Amino acid sequence: MEHAGKNFPEPTIETEAYWDGCRNRELLIQQCNQCGKSQFYPRMMCTNCMSRNVHWVKATGKGKVKTYTIIHRAISKAYAKEAPYVVAIIELYEGPSLMSNIVGCHPRDVNVGQEVEVTFQDWSEEITIPMFTPIERD
Amino acid sequence: MESLRGKTAIIGAADSDVGVVPHMSATQLCVDAALKAMDDAGITKDEIDGIVSCDSWAEPFLYHAEAISEYLQIEPKYCISVGTGGGTTFSLLHHAASAIATGICDTVLITMADSLRSGISKEKAMKTQASTGHPQFESPYGPSVPSLYALIARAHMAEFGTTAEQLAAVSVTARKHAHLNPAAQMRELITVEDVVNSRMIADPLHLYDCSLISDGGSAVILTSREKAKNYSKQPVYLLGVGEGHRHEHISQAQSLTTSAAVDSGKRAYEMAGLGPNDIDFAELYDCFTPTVLIELEDLGFCEKGEGGAFVESGAVDLGGLLPINTHGGLLSHCHPGNPGSMFALTEAVVQLRNEAGRRQVNDAEVALVHGQGGIMSSHTTLILGKEV
Ligand SMILES: [Zn+2]
Repeated sequence: MEHAGKNFPEPTIETEAYWDGCRNRELLIQQCNQCGKSQFYPRMMCTNCMSRNVHWVKATGKGKVKTYTIIHRAISKAYAKEAPYVVAIIELYEGPSLMSNIVGCHPRDVNVGQEVEVTFQDWSEEITIPMFTPIERD
Repeated sequence: MESLRGKTAIIGAADSDVGVVPHMSATQLCVDAALKAMDDAGITKDEIDGIVSCDSWAEPFLYHAEAISEYLQIEPKYCISVGTGGGTTFSLLHHAASAIATGICDTVLITMADSLRSGISKEKAMKTQASTGHPQFESPYGPSVPSLYALIARAHMAEFGTTAEQLAAVSVTARKHAHLNPAAQMRELITVEDVVNSRMIADPLHLYDCSLISDGGSAVILTSREKAKNYSKQPVYLLGVGEGHRHEHISQAQSLTTSAAVDSGKRAYEMAGLGPNDIDFAELYDCFTPTVLIELEDLGFCEKGEGGAFVESGAVDLGGLLPINTHGGLLSHCHPGNPGSMFALTEAVVQLRNEAGRRQVNDAEVALVHGQGGIMSSHTTLILGKEV
């Protein structure tokens, strides 16, 4: 019940493969069989060439922080216990960008350009949320 | 294709009381503004054959413009509601001008209001606030509306070295102008220190980097250039209008620091046959301070990345190179949600009529007004002038 009250995603016929992937700890994005472009979020066609011939691929799960914010005023009670929490936009190595939380470090240690990798947080039996954490360099 | 340049003019403009107005509902604020704009123009309801509005949160209708027409007992030939957030108001003006130019109707009442302070229960406000962004790919991460603009502010800081103090200067200027405007909701002068020492909402945005939450309504009446001459007030002509739409969700934006204001501005300037140097003052959408910096850059008033230094130099203050948000903007005048930038439009009309009193821009001949909706998603630029 740790995550009760949060904004749980409701998978659709178009996105269930993505959320299934998250449950299996795989970050899935789409790639076009026609032109090779990668994209996120999932769509029925390629945003570059409009081909409907797109397929799922497992992303490296690595990328860079394009921008971030530290939220001090949480949106609701369910999120208040996380505050201050980091919301970021991450550019995956494959090209597409997505929103996520940066976890596993102090908010003050997040930077633009920082390298991060995916980690998964189970919210329920059905829903697992991909989040990102700084890549340790030593 | 025929241009809309100079085809239409605003002949009436007015606001309701704004700020905290608990004695009026959202619909009443909308109608109050409409009646005042009709008085201002000296027009009767029989002369209005178009009604354009946007829905309110506090008192929603499925067909809002129809509901307002019914309330006023006007039976228009053209009746439409549009909802693109803060970009709505000027998109609506674009629609209305197009309807007049193509002969769908002659004279359009554009009126809108909301009651976000007094007309919405705490539960409803909290529920709305708790679910912003894409329901599957953003909302689970708990972003607030300010945080989505904080992402833009941080990107601008990282790319161009913009500082918190430069963002704060936007808010300080807005308050300086509101101080001169008896109608503004917040009039007490503030300093850069006040802004950067106010409560952190979503780093790097502080409380005073965020716009107000208000009640209020505003209306204008638009008619053809020919008909505009029949009314008593100095017509304010629509010289240029352009829109630009690049994304809906900020995580899908191709650029975080350059917006579709580039597209809307270019289209409006081209139609007007004018450029940034021809603009005497501008009313720019200021839901949060970083928005203004990006608009100043994207609309060509300064180089990309120099918005912060431009504001800090005093260029956007009354008496400066390009006074902006002369009424106090969404940061200090009022912000009742979707109708918010209507007040920028009525302010531009007041300035161009030389009726702005202590906050009058000297020799105000040409104004640029810019609205933005979503998270830097939907942009409309208007260029208005006293002469065609
Ligand atoms: Zn393709």
